[in-house]
Amino acid sequence: MAANRFNAFQTHGVGIGLRIPHYDHIFSHKPAVDWFEIISENYMVDGGRPLRMLDRIMDQYKVVQHGVSMYFGSSQAPDREHLRRLKTLVRRTRTPWLSDHLCWGSIDGTYSHDLLPLPYTWEAVEKTAARIRLVQDFLEIPVAVENVSSYAAFTDSQMTEWEFLNEVVERADCGILLDVNNIYVSSVNHDFDPIDYVNAIPAERVAQIHIAGHTRYEKYILDTHDHPVIEPVWQLYARAIERCGPTPTLLEWDDLIPTFDEVWAEARKAERYLKPLETPAEHQLLAGVAL
Amino acid sequence: MIQPMNLEQLQRTMAAAVMLPLTADELMQPTNSAGRPMTEVAAEFIQPNSRLTAFDRLEIYNRQYWFRLQSAFTEDFPALRAVVDPARFESLMNAYLAAHPSRSFTLRNLGSSLHAWLTANPRFAGPRFALAIDVTQVEWACVEAFDNAELTPLSLAAVAALGADSQLGLQPHVQLLALSYPADDFVLQMHQRQKRESSEAGTRTGDSAIHAVKRLRLSKKATWLAIHRADDSLYYKPLTRPEYQTLAALRSGTTLPEALQAGFAGLRIAAPRQVALVQQWFTNWAELGWLCTPLPEPFAS
Repeated sequence: MAANRFNAFQTHGVGIGLRIPHYDHIFSHKPAVDWFEIISENYMVDGGRPLRMLDRIMDQYKVVQHGVSMYFGSSQAPDREHLRRLKTLVRRTRTPWLSDHLCWGSIDGTYSHDLLPLPYTWEAVEKTAARIRLVQDFLEIPVAVENVSSYAAFTDSQMTEWEFLNEVVERADCGILLDVNNIYVSSVNHDFDPIDYVNAIPAERVAQIHIAGHTRYEKYILDTHDHPVIEPVWQLYARAIERCGPTPTLLEWDDLIPTFDEVWAEARKAERYLKPLETPAEHQLLAGVAL
Repeated sequence: MIQPMNLEQLQRTMAAAVMLPLTADELMQPTNSAGRPMTEVAAEFIQPNSRLTAFDRLEIYNRQYWFRLQSAFTEDFPALRAVVDPARFESLMNAYLAAHPSRSFTLRNLGSSLHAWLTANPRFAGPRFALAIDVTQVEWACVEAFDNAELTPLSLAAVAALGADSQLGLQPHVQLLALSYPADDFVLQMHQRQKRESSEAGTRTGDSAIHAVKRLRLSKKATWLAIHRADDSLYYKPLTRPEYQTLAALRSGTTLPEALQAGFAGLRIAAPRQVALVQQWFTNWAELGWLCTPLPEPFAS
């Protein structure tokens, strides 16, 4: 199940996000990381060190692109220059699939550079799915959408977040990048049971899973990617793997970045859960848990 | 009863709130630019929960927006921060970002309008305005030189074989600057300090940079400079005035003879000396790989 058409039938194992402070370690020690996820926008440039480093990484590792500013949920048309540059990068990396977020972040040509939440309305479902289809058709590779952490809910919402996600991916016929840390963060911020979310997603569409740490404040949790993964998030991850089977898994660590070895050790904890299921019946049984 | 907003209206409303400048205490303002209470604005489209009001929830995004932009801007202009002093820099940064929010999918372009904006708004730079303008130009040129394209360079032989009315292009990563101060060494020093401090502690340019700039005694001196990239590193190359003028003319799309005419305009240099200089320049530029065929869109600027 985990190798599916939404991740181009790849069987990537555990990877980590490629970050500049780790370049030297990677080039000098050549650690046995199965794959790296790159932030597309960091390499959508015309030349220089970013592309040179990327080429060196690609000489030795599998790379998958992850974007932060396609804004599938923005109500207006995508920026053509963004799409053109993204396709150029896709051709360079030959990424088997590409992911970005189920959110919005720009309006009238002004960018927030944040992952702003969507109202869970039918209008947003239709517009978001149409935009994903457009991007997927233009890029000619599978696209997976990632659920975001959110801190606000909208008065106009007509469904739960997971119902919204399911409606969007069904209409767009795209994959899901399931971020179990984001599910946990949002579950605390919006008072729902995170296991309900994990149980509701269409397992056959999950192309990839994200794990990460976060920061807890008195009244809410912020998705900061600057801590190890906490146990409740590992539990969600375990449940996701039960449902989806071994799935390409990626640890994000974006702030207060520790040494490469620390980040890699944290990511490898995911291997505890990635043992393949024994029989097709087990897969079917677990997939059938979906509501 | 309030009518629900459609998606575009909601996003426009939320964006206006998220991009509303923060208070001096880095909180969301109590009223928007029209004087409407933000508690009302937020309650129109955001649900409260048991711990946070609609205002509180919107404020999280409002603060994140500003912190993210401020962090990116500060990272790109550490020398400007040191020149104008940190307190003034905060005002400058917030006013600039309010006037020029990001219009690009990448934060890399955040400072693209700073030189023009600061020139039109000198009060934000304070008493060292001219130096601040120079430093701004140098720091933005570094951003451009870092990752602009490098096209196939022309050899000296290829340049020599060009016809009399030919045009030459300059590599997009080569940035030409005409400054009032020799600000390049200072900027380089500040950038090296920032790199060192961020790799050591993950912090912003600290007090040591401020002390360094207090000791800085730069005298005005017309300075011509190219910032360019070689083997993925940035280099600062001093230029003479005619050299700068020739390169600037080439970049603007003139023919080779026109560029040379522009290069020596207003200067009394004997013809044989001009010939020797031109040979020396082109040899040097070709060795550096600066010359290329005229640039296609979107590289031409």
